[in-house]
Amino acid sequence: MTTNLGTSPDEVQFRFRDDEPVDHATVTVDSCCDQTNATAVRIEPGDDTRVLLPFLDRLALVEVNFPAFGDGRGYSSARILREAGFTGELRAVGAVLIDQLSHMRRCGFDSFAPDKRLDEEDALRAFATWENVYQRAADARRTIADKRHEA
Amino acid sequence: MYRYDQYDKAMVDARVAEFRDQARRRLEGKLTEDQFKPLRLMNGLYLQLHAYMLRVAIPYGTIDARQMEMLADIADKYDRGYGHFTTRQNIQYNWIKLEDTADALADLATVEMHAIQTSGNCIRNISADHFAGAAADEVVDPRPYAELMRQWSSFHPEFTYLPRKFKIAVIASEKDRAAMRLHDIGVRIVKRDGEVGAEFYAGGGMGRTPMIAPLIRDFVPIDQMITYAEACLRVYNRYGRRDNKYKARIKILVHELGAAEYIRQVEEEFAHMLSVGVEPPREELARIAEYFAPPAFVDGPKTVDRSDPDFALWVDRNTHRHKHDAYVSAVISLKPAGGIPGDATSEQMRLVARLAREYSFDELRVMHTQNLLLPHVRIADLPAVWQALDEAGLGSPNMDTIEDIIACPGLDYCSLANARSIPLAQRISERFAETGRTEVVGELKLKISGCINACGHHHAGHIGILGVDKKGTENYQLSLGGSEAEDVSLAKITGPGFDEDGVIAAVEKVTDVYLAARSDGERFLDTYRRIGMEPFKEALYG
Repeated sequence: MTTNLGTSPDEVQFRFRDDEPVDHATVTVDSCCDQTNATAVRIEPGDDTRVLLPFLDRLALVEVNFPAFGDGRGYSSARILREAGFTGELRAVGAVLIDQLSHMRRCGFDSFAPDKRLDEEDALRAFATWENVYQRAADARRTIADKRHEA
Repeated sequence: MYRYDQYDKAMVDARVAEFRDQARRRLEGKLTEDQFKPLRLMNGLYLQLHAYMLRVAIPYGTIDARQMEMLADIADKYDRGYGHFTTRQNIQYNWIKLEDTADALADLATVEMHAIQTSGNCIRNISADHFAGAAADEVVDPRPYAELMRQWSSFHPEFTYLPRKFKIAVIASEKDRAAMRLHDIGVRIVKRDGEVGAEFYAGGGMGRTPMIAPLIRDFVPIDQMITYAEACLRVYNRYGRRDNKYKARIKILVHELGAAEYIRQVEEEFAHMLSVGVEPPREELARIAEYFAPPAFVDGPKTVDRSDPDFALWVDRNTHRHKHDAYVSAVISLKPAGGIPGDATSEQMRLVARLAREYSFDELRVMHTQNLLLPHVRIADLPAVWQALDEAGLGSPNMDTIEDIIACPGLDYCSLANARSIPLAQRISERFAETGRTEVVGELKLKISGCINACGHHHAGHIGILGVDKKGTENYQLSLGGSEAEDVSLAKITGPGFDEDGVIAAVEKVTDVYLAARSDGERFLDTYRRIGMEPFKEALYG
């Protein structure tokens, strides 16, 4: 059964993509596996993201919900999707706060629909916090170690 | 030792700027206290009973004279002239003001120090064998591997909101001097057929549910170590319990799944991660290792004039065999009889810094036993070192004795504590020093926690004391037989608890039983393991 529970494009405050946003609601992970025409899905913290992997080709939007900002499972969900080659929109929704933006971006999120709109200036500063990074992640940035050892 | 390059420096500076901005937003009301709390914790700032406490990271316990002098300056400038060295090789300041914190962090950054991830539900500061680079028995120096992990775990985007805190220790010898198997992940660097690799243990810890970490892989090739750690963490981040903070540590996950199932999931994730490619380039470990090249040791005398009995006792008790036979590692006791375990004044810190410069290649260590260490001292220099330490109240010859007590801050500082730890430690060390029993008893590790969170490692004490609240009065439970070393075990409770005077008397009784029963060369722990709990119970409650 389809459940209308997603965020609308109007609620997206930051988006780092040029394509048209999906204009219909998301379905739950269970529904997504059962119905073959869903193109937008919403992941809750307790869902196993990997059950979506067979369907990535038809998905244009995956929303990852953060009901509480301290629940970090969504960061792993995002990376797993990107590692599997998902190139659609990956949207962080819910308790998305300024100080999580840079980490979420690194884990592969490319759109953000916070419950409460964020101060634009603070948010843009937060996205730019780390000029360099130590780890490899979903954003394919060159790490500090890569830079140290490039020819 | 490791030195920051422009990148490491820029990362710490960026973190200070970020924290300044967070503090500003908090003051402007843009962040609620609930939202600010995890951010300040990840910068080492706790709210304690009386004031903010700042915990400064000392990665793998290694520090130089300049940094120790900065720690002294911080103590004078922002605190009350002293600091407290902790069981995870860090230092805590107990009287910090929120509005001073960013400035203190900026001062620390000038000497390549910080408070990053010394608290919060993230990967904490990495600890290591305090004798690393000096111990005669190590396979390699474990610190380059710890430094590689420090970089990997700093600001890790996926693992900043874990179910709970995550502690990693790295050693590289059969002997375990870092309580490695009582960590969320314990790593032992090993060699197999000449190849360096990492033995991984996962799911250990103390706290209210103490567990010894099981072995989860006996050999991870060293150029896959970060990838394997990442797999361990991802499984934990996805499946660690988040419904109850007391069941959220990885030890509960490993226990509930069973080690075999946890291993299966980690191996699956590891295989996947290898295909993704998250390992730093091979050259990085080599680059780091160069910083840890042994200093230029020179041959010299292997013996020293022992005619002063006080000096001889200190040498016997507080020095440790070095890989070069003209050197030893010298333990600086922060456990004077009647003193507060782990506390040092700014003056003591400056003296220790001077000694490090003059006698130990500008290197110092913080030990998980809350002492300091000069890792590389020429045997010929020992009299001068001892004399300087003794004059500063730092020459107690009591390493690994009953006076060398690990104690948490307890109810004197901590908002979680049920009972005081410090006064008890003070009275016990005083009593044993006065009666001259310390030397008679020999090695006996006593550890005191002021609540069940076990920051004072009571589960791992040969004798452990746990402070509880019993109908509004402090009560102390005694346990016996724990060890944090390679013979790791968890202490067992003796029976009903005692009041403060009672538990001190109980500790004496327990040592009476030991002295009466021990056979040649047996430590307290050995005797306990041989004769069991009953004789001790009989003496305590019979």
